[in-house]
Amino acid sequence: MTDLLRPHAVATPVERLDGPAKVTGTAPYAFDHAVPNPAYLHPLQAAVARGRVTDIDTRPAEELDGVLAVLTHRNAPRLASDEDAELAILQSDEVAFRGQFLGAVIAETPEIARQAASLVRITVDEQEHQVQLRADHRQLYVPEEVNPTFPTDTSQGDVDLAARDAAITVDERYTTAWYHNNPMEPHSTVALWQDATLTLYDSTQGAHPVRTAIAPVLGLDPEQVRVIAPHVGGGFGSKGTAHAHLILAALAARELPGHWVKFALTRQQMFSLAGYRTPTIQRVRLAADHEGRLSGIGVDAVEQTSRFKEFAEQTGIPARTMYAARNRRSTHRLAPLDVPVPSWMRAPGECPGMFGPEVAMDELATACGLDPIELRIRNEPHVDPESGKPFSSRNLIACLRDGAHRFGWDGRDPTPRGRRDGRWLVGTGVASSTYPVHYIPGSAATVRYLGEGRYRVEVSATDLGTGARTVLAQIAADALGVGVERIELGIGDTALPVATVAGGSSGTISWGSTIVEAARIFRHEYGDNPSEGDEAAGTTPENPAAERFAMRAFGAQFAEVRVHEDTGEVRVPRLLGVFAAGRIINPRTARSQLIGGMTMGLSMALHEESVLDPRFGHIVNHDFAEYHVAANADVGALDAHWIDEDDPHVNPLGAKGIGEIGIVGTAAAIVNAAYHATGVRVRELPVTLDKFLH
Amino acid sequence: MDAEITLRVDGRPRQCTVDTRTTLLDTLREHLGVSAPKKGCDHGQCGSCTVLLDGRRVTTCLAFAVAQNGAEITTAEGLAGDGEHPMQRAFLDHDGFQCGFCTPGQICSAVGMVDEARAGWPSAVTPDVAGSVDIDDLDDAEIRERMSGNLCRCGAYVNIVSAIREAAR
Repeated sequence: MTDLLRPHAVATPVERLDGPAKVTGTAPYAFDHAVPNPAYLHPLQAAVARGRVTDIDTRPAEELDGVLAVLTHRNAPRLASDEDAELAILQSDEVAFRGQFLGAVIAETPEIARQAASLVRITVDEQEHQVQLRADHRQLYVPEEVNPTFPTDTSQGDVDLAARDAAITVDERYTTAWYHNNPMEPHSTVALWQDATLTLYDSTQGAHPVRTAIAPVLGLDPEQVRVIAPHVGGGFGSKGTAHAHLILAALAARELPGHWVKFALTRQQMFSLAGYRTPTIQRVRLAADHEGRLSGIGVDAVEQTSRFKEFAEQTGIPARTMYAARNRRSTHRLAPLDVPVPSWMRAPGECPGMFGPEVAMDELATACGLDPIELRIRNEPHVDPESGKPFSSRNLIACLRDGAHRFGWDGRDPTPRGRRDGRWLVGTGVASSTYPVHYIPGSAATVRYLGEGRYRVEVSATDLGTGARTVLAQIAADALGVGVERIELGIGDTALPVATVAGGSSGTISWGSTIVEAARIFRHEYGDNPSEGDEAAGTTPENPAAERFAMRAFGAQFAEVRVHEDTGEVRVPRLLGVFAAGRIINPRTARSQLIGGMTMGLSMALHEESVLDPRFGHIVNHDFAEYHVAANADVGALDAHWIDEDDPHVNPLGAKGIGEIGIVGTAAAIVNAAYHATGVRVRELPVTLDKFLH
Repeated sequence: MDAEITLRVDGRPRQCTVDTRTTLLDTLREHLGVSAPKKGCDHGQCGSCTVLLDGRRVTTCLAFAVAQNGAEITTAEGLAGDGEHPMQRAFLDHDGFQCGFCTPGQICSAVGMVDEARAGWPSAVTPDVAGSVDIDDLDDAEIRERMSGNLCRCGAYVNIVSAIREAAR
């Protein structure tokens, strides 16, 4: 790899460059863009989980004043590709899940569109459906690979044998719930079809990736689609892939050429149309000697997918690489159900996959009479157990030790139910975090000299709140050897050079390294005294070290939990994370990313669960009143720190991604602390009060 | 059915004709081009659409515009005036947001909340819920409780609390 960038602006807590616009409410999100005389779309949705539409009577809607068009499978244009079954909407009479789009009303006002949609009479020949995930589902199958391209099953040695011969074993079943990403900004699109081009103001994690996904579906060349996304109100994975609402909005815009069409999913619609994290059932086996040295690790995960499109969460992945053990095995099995298709949610694979194993490690520590930190230290691998490659850097132990010191772990009495404060039972717990380094090729950046010491840097990155706009300016400043105030950054528009998705904690390192490359070429061509208008372009540089090393970020999370002896109420007054993620580009925004991930992890531990109604196949608690995400009063003293980690191999920035690792391990730390407080081992999320009242 | 209404929005008189089914939020956003209040749920469950209405914090998605004729509305944009409100400065200093979508509502809610505390209004965590509170007693627990109607999925709560603690001083 080329030399590491010398930090000046990098590693300083630059205030968010879009901060003033965000605190005054003037930063335009997709639906905020002022367009002349817009029309509004309200969708028609399936009210059954499986069946065939036998009749749609749209006349009462069409007769309403102000209705501009009604789309159904009967009059919608044929799409050019049905390769992505999620996007191939209004192409047949088939209903594959409850909530599926069956059509749309487009009207002059949102009120008329909604009223008209309620007047459309849809008759469906309902068929029997299967919507419940069970470990013994009769149609469980083996996917060809798991997200994105990992092997489905791996096996080294013999875990069964190791478990049989081990002095101590843990063999338990852990479950994580069905979760919805729920970014605060609903998925929104403002679409215009004019002169054979489609323009979208869209709420997306990647302007170019969205274009690449939808252009072939609509029979367009990518150049005929422009996607603009200057500000995005969170995504957490649910805006990382194109969902069906984009196609519905585009079809509506095509129906009304020259007319802007606005479409925002309602919060309720987001529960069936914008992706979610599959529930998981994990059988975790650990085999160890009396000293806690692991001889075997096994994770067998059962998950759901939709019958019409496959998504296989890679839940077994972290166990392949986390701890040393001669015998290891991981498997994934999918139940095909009549439900919406699962998708990415913050740290797919790692987030659910570090729940079962990290609680199992706590159970093993108890069984061995060992401190859970010491247990982890004893099983620290010298190389990546899966590939045999060395880690480019791995500082799990440093995180555990630093966290223990900050948290006040030393001298902890491991006895469960040993501490109380009035009627509150008090306990502490720990768990590890990890997330891979995803350095994704395929971005391009340009650097242009504007004169008077100023540079314009363009790359079609997206800022979902991560701070990308700010950290990319810092990186560009250092790459060009100028101050941040000299950088004018352009992001979030397919008119700019291509960029990869803001996902997999890949954005800063992939786009940032691309900017470093473009700046290097610029200085090589024009030196330190360029002329106005001089411009250079660069693409994401290859990293040959990627073949030689395993690359991951690590962390440790510590929780204090209080459980009320009479009511079972669970509180988390303290949560502390220490991470090792290479160089931190901006300590201010990095801390926010990490505490944000931990807060979502706390929310996952205590509150979140999408509750399925098996009779109808829908999520009953499909709004913020019933699907509880952590509110302000749920979060106590929560903080994140990091250790200085020098990794010359990962990329020219020396940085690892930090957007997702914060949610990994949080729930396990909380469950382990709850066990310490009460002596009750909870293996099913969320940790609700009923689990302590027996 | 349509109705003529007049509102005063961020200091400016605004007239418009609204469908009587139109919420105050949609009126501001879709009729008047005031997009600081955001639509996160449209059900009064997330707080993203919070403004100060006649000085008090209100979720505009739960108010019909036709019922608000003559109301004085201040959004986060209006709070800023020509620069920034001290609460906005505190949110910037403490990085009390990430994506920024809930932020205009958080800030209006925070300003309204501090005024409520200054007026002595107790909250569910005030020791004497039938009594009154002193602004000096506005500790973290009080701030958290009083701000729990404004959800932040990015998880900026701890920074929001420190921002408000500083601005309320």
